[in-house]
Amino acid sequence: MADINVKINGIAVSVPKGTTVLEAAHMAGVDIPTFCYMKEINEIGACRICMVEINEGRGFRLVAACVYPLAFEGTEIRTNSPKVMDSRRKTLELILSTHDRKCLSCVRSGHCELQALCNEMGIEEENTYEGDKPVYEIDNSAVHMYRDNNKCILCRRCVAACAKWQGVGVIGANERGFKTNIGSAFEMGLGETSCVSCGQCIAVCPVGALSEKDFTDQVFAAIADESKYVIVQTAPAVRAGLGEEFGYPIGTNVEGKMVAALRRLGFDNVFDTDWGADLTIMEEATEFVERFTKGGKLPLITSCSPGWVKYCEHYFPEMTDNLSSCKSPHQMLGAVAKTYYAEKIGKKPEDIVVVSIMPCTAKKYECQRDDQAAAGVPDVDYVLTTRELARMIRRAGLKFTALPDEDFDNPLGLSAGAGDIFGVTGGVMEAALRTAYCWLSGNNEEVVEFHEVRGTDGIKRSTVTIGETEIKVAVASGLANAGELLRRVQSGEEKVDFIEIMACPGGCVNGGGQPQQPASVRNFEDLRSLRAKALYDEDAAKTLRLSHLNQDVQKLYEEYLEKPGSHKAHEILHTTYVKRTIN
Amino acid sequence: MAKKTTVPFNGTAEQEAKLYEIIDAHKDDPGALMPVLQQAQEVYGYLPIEVQKMISDKMGIPLEKIYGVVTFYAQFSLYPKGKYNISVCLGTACYVKGSGDIYDKLQEVLKISGGECTADGKFSLEACRCIGACGLAPVLTVNEDVYGRLTVDDVADILAKYE
Amino acid sequence: MKSLQEIQAIRDALHPELELRHVGSTEANSKYERHVLICGGTGCTSSGSPAIEKALHEEIDKAGLTDKIQVVKTGCFGLCALGPIMIVYPSGAFYSRVTADDIPRIVKEHFIEGNPVKELLYDETVAEDGIKSLNDTSFYKKQHRVALRNCGAINPENIDEYIGKDGYQALAKCVTEMTPEEVIKTVLDSGLRGRGGGGFPTGRKWQLARDIVPDADQKYVCCNADEGDPGAFMDRSVLEGDPHVVLEAMAIAGYAIGASQGYIYVRAEYPIAIERLRIAIKQAREYGMLGKNIFGSDFSFDIDLRLGAGAFVCGEETALMTSIEGNRGEPRPRPPFPAEKGLYQKPTILNNVETYANIPQIILKGADWFASMGTEKSKGTKVFALGGKIKNTGLVEVPMGTTLREVIEEIGGGIPNGKKFKAAQTGGPSGGCISPENYDVPIDYDNLISIGSMMGSGGLIVMDEDNCMVDIAKFFLEFTVDESCGKCTPCRIGTKRMYEMLDKITKGKATLEDLDKLEELCYYIKANSLCGLGQTAPNPVLSTLKNFRNEYEAHVVDKKCPAGVCKDLLMFSINPEKCVGCGLCAKNCPVSAISQGDYTAPGKKRAAYVIDTTKCVKCGACMDNCRPKAISKG
Repeated sequence: MADINVKINGIAVSVPKGTTVLEAAHMAGVDIPTFCYMKEINEIGACRICMVEINEGRGFRLVAACVYPLAFEGTEIRTNSPKVMDSRRKTLELILSTHDRKCLSCVRSGHCELQALCNEMGIEEENTYEGDKPVYEIDNSAVHMYRDNNKCILCRRCVAACAKWQGVGVIGANERGFKTNIGSAFEMGLGETSCVSCGQCIAVCPVGALSEKDFTDQVFAAIADESKYVIVQTAPAVRAGLGEEFGYPIGTNVEGKMVAALRRLGFDNVFDTDWGADLTIMEEATEFVERFTKGGKLPLITSCSPGWVKYCEHYFPEMTDNLSSCKSPHQMLGAVAKTYYAEKIGKKPEDIVVVSIMPCTAKKYECQRDDQAAAGVPDVDYVLTTRELARMIRRAGLKFTALPDEDFDNPLGLSAGAGDIFGVTGGVMEAALRTAYCWLSGNNEEVVEFHEVRGTDGIKRSTVTIGETEIKVAVASGLANAGELLRRVQSGEEKVDFIEIMACPGGCVNGGGQPQQPASVRNFEDLRSLRAKALYDEDAAKTLRLSHLNQDVQKLYEEYLEKPGSHKAHEILHTTYVKRTIN
Repeated sequence: MAKKTTVPFNGTAEQEAKLYEIIDAHKDDPGALMPVLQQAQEVYGYLPIEVQKMISDKMGIPLEKIYGVVTFYAQFSLYPKGKYNISVCLGTACYVKGSGDIYDKLQEVLKISGGECTADGKFSLEACRCIGACGLAPVLTVNEDVYGRLTVDDVADILAKYE
Repeated sequence: MKSLQEIQAIRDALHPELELRHVGSTEANSKYERHVLICGGTGCTSSGSPAIEKALHEEIDKAGLTDKIQVVKTGCFGLCALGPIMIVYPSGAFYSRVTADDIPRIVKEHFIEGNPVKELLYDETVAEDGIKSLNDTSFYKKQHRVALRNCGAINPENIDEYIGKDGYQALAKCVTEMTPEEVIKTVLDSGLRGRGGGGFPTGRKWQLARDIVPDADQKYVCCNADEGDPGAFMDRSVLEGDPHVVLEAMAIAGYAIGASQGYIYVRAEYPIAIERLRIAIKQAREYGMLGKNIFGSDFSFDIDLRLGAGAFVCGEETALMTSIEGNRGEPRPRPPFPAEKGLYQKPTILNNVETYANIPQIILKGADWFASMGTEKSKGTKVFALGGKIKNTGLVEVPMGTTLREVIEEIGGGIPNGKKFKAAQTGGPSGGCISPENYDVPIDYDNLISIGSMMGSGGLIVMDEDNCMVDIAKFFLEFTVDESCGKCTPCRIGTKRMYEMLDKITKGKATLEDLDKLEELCYYIKANSLCGLGQTAPNPVLSTLKNFRNEYEAHVVDKKCPAGVCKDLLMFSINPEKCVGCGLCAKNCPVSAISQGDYTAPGKKRAAYVIDTTKCVKCGACMDNCRPKAISKG
């Protein structure tokens, strides 16, 4: 569309017709605060915090910047006039009048969007509009999170994330008017619904209404318990996100400092889930080749993402046989730690505590699942999100930025580049294809990159030809996309042999356990690509880039599991699924 | 905890067939949810979780979305009305004369909360604002009958009249 | 399927019958001697018209007059206060407050013997020398019926009667003689503005919907029949009395903008209207007035009903559309406007019932005819639902520019019980209160806005000195709080806080500072809310604050409610000089706040009673029961 010239606070800017006031102001270097607005998924103009004055020739009036399209040449906008400030303050004061203002004990204190804006706007009185205030019970029914409606500001970002990104829709607005609240049908606890535990709602929540169940105290206690041998492992995406908590630019890989921090927190071993990823590739690629060549159930669908697995069980129960029976990488690592490694270091599995640092809240749920206990005790004892790790580091007084870069411990710390990219949509597929290519082509060391499955598109497809074999693969991230793909597969519209699905849009780098970025960042930065790049860069910089060449993984098979897909490997590294209903 | 009505769901196979017929009749209509809910309420008298679940499964609409719609519109009800609807006046005059206690007593005796209906479908209970019978405070009505100058002890006698 | 010729034949055949329905008609070609029109609108139905209709049929059969008298169940006549209403033509005898027991007498004396039963007639129609025309009564004299022209004149369940009144001629004219552009131009030139609230030019709306997305594969025509303003019922009356006019107008709109599907969103609380619409749609489909290739043209159009489910906000256009789509009825931001992205994201127009009811007349009689009525910027007529402290409650239709005084004093018959006019509320919860100083302002869209109110859908509630303006504002705010959808912050929380502040005022707990805070909050909510509901919610407060500030101040400063309405500020007291000491007050006091005192007035046998104001809950039971009227409140 043609460009039009507008003035924002007196500064001339030229923008394409139809650009929203919010975007135009951003281009002009002016931030307009928003709460409800989430680009593409929640353009509802509900919170009214972004009201600005606009003059399209008939005098100034207030409009919601986030959804107001610029249409006329010469339009004037004021984003910081006294009238705008007054509106913004009153909106904040009204929100505060229903908000549970326990800031000091709130998990979001310090990086709460409401708190920050109140501060910016110089709100001096929080009781201006004191009045009736609804009181809600805190919902702690889900394994992975709390919902505290007393802090909810009804921006509905969580609702949009759940319904639009994830196609799940177990939370939404109920009742109306002053009684409007976000919840599930019939006031069910989240734990009673078909919530998949992905945590995208938490990731987008501007305040402390949604938060993961925090296990940092339990982990500190385990470390302090001398009878326990505490192993920690970190998922690939954590190193690409953790830095944001300590002021690094988005997409900074802080692997070395993270390892150093974990060591200083007192963990006995600092292992890398990437190692588990390499192991997963051995098992999963074997499973695929087996099914593909022997006429097993296809398409084979990856099972690394527990949010996806739960979604499959609820929404596509007839497809659970398509799921790879492989445990997810951190569960594999946990299982190996409590069997093979336990024997090596002469510890009883019950004396070992495995802590997984994950970009994910669904992993909190996954580690409690049945059939995730190779040694008779849970493979993984605690799952902490990236955010919780940051909290531990701060609580322990570690100066993160000043830490040295250190390496993971061995033997469960060595990983191929293929394991690194497990944290990105398409990464598991590429890692598997790299190994499958080597196996099927007979060239055991050739690294082939599969660019068609890279990128942040919701659904990606590719046909891979290895010798005379053609393999049709597809990759989906975001469960709404996954659902769309599976419906096409089920209806026969699409024929695929191998599918990678990650629950979160963009993959684990954008997981529900990653640092929360405020709307002002989310709406203008491509979080998914920036964080993904950190992992692709790490992969590219490694000489070891193929999972099957990981010597420590090879050694595990030699010493303990015989070969990929062996009976013992199945006992330790594989799991089962259940069929569930939609609630 | 799920908000469940105290009335067990007594849907019949006939009602279910009728509901599926209604849903079928609207299957090509993108805005079918409202008419389906309205007609479902005609069939069942209210829209308990069982009915909403059937609609959700059959129409492929998340249960929460349906519940959100149902709770938005005043006309939809999650609870059945009893054969006898008891309405306790909680207006000022009645309240200071102890209608709150009477309301509590009724909830206790009937084992339901305000807005709900007893398991046998006999009594439903609600609170209302001043009905203009302050001289008789505290007052309650059972359908059209008005009872005034009540004490907590009268509750059992009044209920007995409708047994 | 009927051709244009067949439609015209139906019209011609019915002409004599419909002609008979005029006072003093000399129509000789009608099949019947008399037509008895009985109101089947909601008001008269609930006051018993179905029983009367039944009795009429029985008595007429008994008297062997079945072939001579036609009983016609119509829509609303407008004078709801006098219901049930029955009019007999050609004499024009206007029977009011009829009961089934009156019927045998009316049949005998009037129908058989030819003498109207005078004492059962509406007194204004009884003259010394016989019966006055209804049109000469003060209620009807100043009215000018365009939108309501068929209400109370035809049987709404019979499409032929509508056709007899030139029904579907306008649609025929449009599709056979006019281009869509010409239709739009006619509506534009007529100056018709939306009758549902904002007063947006109807023709302009249609033009936008026609032009803005030229390649749209689907467009929609919607009718807002979700009349939700407390006190407004004109749309219901049109739907009940003349449903086909809405169908015809929507089809015309469909032709004009290029839509093939229409939806009528009607309140579920209007069962009679819904039933009549269902019948009308069925008949219109049978006659081919709806469906494929209307009047043999390539224009196809059909209409479906959608029932509201009890949400006032669904009267807002975008909320109505989200509701039709099967969602919570929450408004969406505009732009994009419905003309561009409306129902299912397709270009859509939405007009209300009364707006549509004007369309066929405009097409048939021309834009100039319509524009000749009304004021410079508000053309045509407006229907008002008169209610509150007024003698003739009911529906009136007057040319735009009629003054409030004319409507209230002349048509409405003034305020009963010799009380003084204090204010008129227009526009429902979105409107404001007009004070006596604006009694003579001509009513039109722009004048109402300039005096702090708005046209709204046309509810007109009259208030007298016994009404407390703060209490009225609180009443409307309570309504808004209940009906707010909860989507945007200013309306969801702001209106609640406004209500709480008003409540504080009526309880005498507010300060002058609170008044300023309230006013500020009002302006904030107006400027910041997402939709019209929130943007207009403060109007009842702002207009009363402006016009009746002294009354607010009395509550705040003097802790008094001048109208004696706000309970917490009331004080009941017993005049010991008048009290006879009977003790009835004490007996009726629910909280035992009254006891016998020591003082016995001269000439009285027993000591006077006194009220313990600390215990009193101000229910007024004592006052109601005091025979010597010794108790006063203030």
